[in-house]
Amino acid sequence: MAEHITPKRTYIAVFAALLVLTLVTWLVAQVDLGWANDVVALTIAVTKALLVLWFFMHLRYSTRMTVLTALAGFFWLGIMIFLTLNDYLTRGSSLLPVMGK
Amino acid sequence: MASSPIAETHPANTAHHHPSLQHQFDTLEQQKESSTLGMWIFLVTEIMFFGGLFLAYVVYRSTYPQAFAAASHTLNVLMGGINTAVLIGSSLTMALAIWAAQVNWRKGIVLFLLLTIALGSTFLVVKAFEYREKFEHHHVPGPNFEFDGPQPEHAEIYFSLYFIMTGLHATHMVIGIAILGVLAWFAYKGKYDSSYYNPLEVTGLYWHFVDIVWIFLFPLLYLLGAHLHGAAH
Repeated sequence: MAEHITPKRTYIAVFAALLVLTLVTWLVAQVDLGWANDVVALTIAVTKALLVLWFFMHLRYSTRMTVLTALAGFFWLGIMIFLTLNDYLTRGSSLLPVMGK
Repeated sequence: MASSPIAETHPANTAHHHPSLQHQFDTLEQQKESSTLGMWIFLVTEIMFFGGLFLAYVVYRSTYPQAFAAASHTLNVLMGGINTAVLIGSSLTMALAIWAAQVNWRKGIVLFLLLTIALGSTFLVVKAFEYREKFEHHHVPGPNFEFDGPQPEHAEIYFSLYFIMTGLHATHMVIGIAILGVLAWFAYKGKYDSSYYNPLEVTGLYWHFVDIVWIFLFPLLYLLGAHLHGAAH
């Protein structure tokens, strides 16, 4: 059986990188950068997610079929968010139901 | 797949086939690829499941940015940060449980699975303390909701999303911990080694996915209002 064993030190390095990125995102969030806060937070979150997907979830050793399936999931999520925002951001908040107090 | 007659190539028809190889698969490798792909199909449905909530968050937050930032500011960033580290740690121990299986260290599998359970439970305990704080401050949406800000009804939407998203995430963790408990038992019984550890692999995929959900929840829910000062929680 063709086995790909990720060495222990790789996992520990990924773990350390995830902790450092968590610290960085927390530090940057203390400063008011306006819209850039969201860009930084999401860039770091996506980076962390990719580290988890690639190393912990073994996508780097997975079959192309599995990688394609994973990509399709995130691609469809992108379509859902993109098309919905096209609607909301161009027609305003009048579409939103709001709970009354 | 090879086109040679099944009777000759099927391992079930040979004298020494692996006890964990199901009859519908030709090889352990094929079986592993099938279970991994199957788990990923499930995770795609999970992406869309959580994705709908993330989308609701984006739409409401872009409409009420100030109320969301003010509501987010009341969250305990320290507890959220500690929980992020705990969850990342549990992903590490989950990955190491699979590593232990790959190098045939059976005691290591049990050890790392138990560590993963312990870290997952720690996360839930911290979360429970956070929820209690929300109840004490009347930040739970409903008839008793109170918020010291200009638009409490908009802050209430933030807290609705907070409880649904973190609650759904925590539910996934409870299920994950239960599955890990069963796996730890089977691992203790010596069911897994380098030739067969599919249940560890697919449960790991699930566990890491739940970790990824939190990786996005932490900045979106906790850090959103971190730059605001004053009005401590």
